[in-house]
Amino acid sequence: MCDERHKVNVTCRVNGREYTLCVFPLMRLLDVLREELRLTGTKEGCGEGECGACSVLIDGELVNSCLVPALQVNGAEITTIEGIADGDRLHTVQEAFIEAGGAQCGICTPGMILAAVSLLGRMPEPSEEDMRAGLAGNLCRCTGYMKIFEAVARVCQKTGTKVNA
Amino acid sequence: MANRLVGRAVPRKEGGDKVTGKARYIDDLTFPGMLYGATVRSPCARGRIKGIHFEGGIPWDGFTIVTATDIPGKNCIVLLSDDHPGLAQRVVNHPEEPIVLLAHPDKYLLEEARRSVRLEIESLPAVFTIEESLARKEIIWGRDNIFKSIRVEKGNVDEAWAQADFIVEGEYRTGAQEQLYIEPNGMIAVANPQEGVTVWGSMQCPYYVHKALVCLFGLPESKVRVIQVETGGGFGGKEEYPSMIAGHAALLAWKSGKPVKLIYDRAEDMAATTKRHPSRTRHRTAVSKEGKLLAMEIEFVIDGGAYMTLSPVVLSRGTIHAAGPYHCPNIRIQSRAVATNAPPHGAFRGFGAPQSTFALERHLNKVARVVGLSPEELRRRNFIREGQSTATGQVIREKVDMAGLMERAFELSRYYAKTQRFAEENRGRRDKKGIGFACFLHGAGFTGSGEKYLASVVGVEATPAGRARILAASTEIGQGANTILCQIAAEALGLEYDQIEMASPDTGVVPNSGPTVASRTCMIIGKLVESACLAVKQTLVGSGLLKPDYSPEEFFRACAAYTQKCGPLKAFSQYQPPPEIHWDEEKYRGDAYSAYAWAVYVAEVTVDSLTYEVHVDDFVAVQEVGKVINPVLGGGQIEGGVAQAIGYALFENVVWQEGRMVNSQMTNYIIPTAADVPRIRTYFDEVPYAHGPAGAKGLGELPMDGTAPAIVNAIEDALGIGLDQIPVLPEHLVELLEVSRV
Ligand code: FES
Ligand code: FES
Repeated sequence: MCDERHKVNVTCRVNGREYTLCVFPLMRLLDVLREELRLTGTKEGCGEGECGACSVLIDGELVNSCLVPALQVNGAEITTIEGIADGDRLHTVQEAFIEAGGAQCGICTPGMILAAVSLLGRMPEPSEEDMRAGLAGNLCRCTGYMKIFEAVARVCQKTGTKVNA
Repeated sequence: MANRLVGRAVPRKEGGDKVTGKARYIDDLTFPGMLYGATVRSPCARGRIKGIHFEGGIPWDGFTIVTATDIPGKNCIVLLSDDHPGLAQRVVNHPEEPIVLLAHPDKYLLEEARRSVRLEIESLPAVFTIEESLARKEIIWGRDNIFKSIRVEKGNVDEAWAQADFIVEGEYRTGAQEQLYIEPNGMIAVANPQEGVTVWGSMQCPYYVHKALVCLFGLPESKVRVIQVETGGGFGGKEEYPSMIAGHAALLAWKSGKPVKLIYDRAEDMAATTKRHPSRTRHRTAVSKEGKLLAMEIEFVIDGGAYMTLSPVVLSRGTIHAAGPYHCPNIRIQSRAVATNAPPHGAFRGFGAPQSTFALERHLNKVARVVGLSPEELRRRNFIREGQSTATGQVIREKVDMAGLMERAFELSRYYAKTQRFAEENRGRRDKKGIGFACFLHGAGFTGSGEKYLASVVGVEATPAGRARILAASTEIGQGANTILCQIAAEALGLEYDQIEMASPDTGVVPNSGPTVASRTCMIIGKLVESACLAVKQTLVGSGLLKPDYSPEEFFRACAAYTQKCGPLKAFSQYQPPPEIHWDEEKYRGDAYSAYAWAVYVAEVTVDSLTYEVHVDDFVAVQEVGKVINPVLGGGQIEGGVAQAIGYALFENVVWQEGRMVNSQMTNYIIPTAADVPRIRTYFDEVPYAHGPAGAKGLGELPMDGTAPAIVNAIEDALGIGLDQIPVLPEHLVELLEVSRV
């Protein structure tokens, strides 16, 4: 099927849809998403695993997609920012980011929202310290993080859990 | 109907697109047949270009190659002057200076090709520091290495020294700082001799780019079109340099006949584009034993890098802010922007004011110590009041209450209790705690006659569908321009927020409203939006189609009826300075800014006396910025600025080697993470400003000015040593403490 030289088949599910792609094995997952699948919501801020703008979930784990070679996601389930809302209905984390002012320029936002979703998945009631630790891999240059913490806290209020100060 | 929308936290206009990943930034766009572009840059700081060699192993025939000789117009990126070439031709003046451009459909091959261009450069002696430049070790720019000198004189400084009880001197330095917007710079261009040049990209100032392209291509203004797309942060870093990138993308597109995308990777963006000007400030202050400032002599120097770019204007703002929110009868400020062989330094939030404010707010702590007063008492005795004048002789006509802001900040931070408690508890402890503060001001809008010359224009269009559309070149870069301008328009027109839209900042569609910089968008552009809205309303009412107290539905109907009868309904409004504003550019005297924001910030820190790491534990930011149009966005501006300035004070260290930034990666240039920022507590005191839209002034740059000195003053409180330089890194503290122990 994949007869281009040096390329391989990679099969994975992205946002619930199955894809079989013919790509270079070392192509970055970030490029696979952005260029092969045209899912441009995942951003590149540094390309070296520092900023978290490229964060996606692989089998539920938060990872920097700029550090993941395509070959490694064979058989995996990937969630990007495009797969977070339920159709037109925003995810509570997305709603909270809008309400609290958690997105300014928006370039860190897709990654930050996935990091928040992942944090809340692990810890439904994160303290402020948990938030600091849980989001420390995602850099934001605009907000000073306060309104991002507030957004996460709002999600907990909405879902009935409480944030321990 | 007062303030239905102003002062409310309406959600950001483009928020939905940003949280779903639908917002399209420049790297998210592709054009059919598009090529990728790359830039070959100078490896050395200064030299003569002897040859450009395209080495073997690369199919060069498939590449578009552009050098200076391909430039159809004038080889310069015009801004304040025309000294800055688009591509170096015979000489290079800084590392990373662009020399050759390449384009190819395969970006991996392109990267290989970029590394296979060998530049033969005969190097020349270069200048790397303020001192070397001032000493004219080599003349590298103009006749004397000086881009601009400014002298401010108030009263008679020379006569004041004799009356002084104390004369206090100090020297302070600030380092370069990278803006580090998370979206690197990028542009896409389509260009050919028939249709002209069109550029899409990440930028703050579409009309700056427009002006530069007109000159670079020698085209009439109508043949150049610049469109801002969603922009992932700017902070000044996308004020002037995007003109260069747009020029490069357009040159490649012009030569290849294909659309060209030119996106910088992080390392290139950090190493090649502008950073905050490094500075050196010297203070000499005469003070009475009662703690009254009698004279201030200030020498302020900034390192502008290799070309002029915006250095004169940065210098101007830094100079005017150098004496702070204090009244002193005799002031002399002499300042210079000098050339070095580093990439040009440029705009960055605060624009010269953070540098001179750092120096002053450190120096006043020293003055207080010499006089024997607390830092707060010294300031209290010298705060400027209504009716008194600034360094440039500007009489303050607004209500200003610095002492009140300070008391509020002290109450909120429990300053007095903490200074005492920390002093007692620090003894014998490994963790030393400290609390410190800074008092400062920030002028909104362009300096002096800047706004008058810009003469910005804003339009408002009433659409047949009954909506109002704002036509402005102001760019949304995360700060919330779209949202607040729509709020101001909705308020002025008596419509709902959702009924107002922003036209895309496209020079083919919107008038020149000037750049999106200098904390001017809210105060200046907002005011123009407000008056254009009133003009639309007046036209409708005057035509008899609308009665003065209308409902939104009646407004729709009137719009539809009007446009059917008379065609499109647009009103434009042009900037007029408020009355009583005078500025003498020659003497540097008069009303430097039409309004100021005033602030007092308090920082609490812990210094680990073993590792010398500093952590900011609490931060209180109290400010008076006029009416706050949107409290969530306004708060977000302050918090973001404080965090950025925490980086400026404690982490962000540009390591230079022969004019080149060597730590141009996010792994070794460190900015604050979620784990590094304390709770930032923001308070607004709102005194409506008569000439601002709904009473607003500017606030975007303010938090950058006072945060670093507040933190360093807190470190001084914790350790008992004076620090005169930022960033304060653990290795600096080790050194200083070692010295102070000997
Ligand atoms: S782009 Fe992947 S971590 Fe920055
Ligand atoms: S919102 Fe701009 S980087 Fe986070």
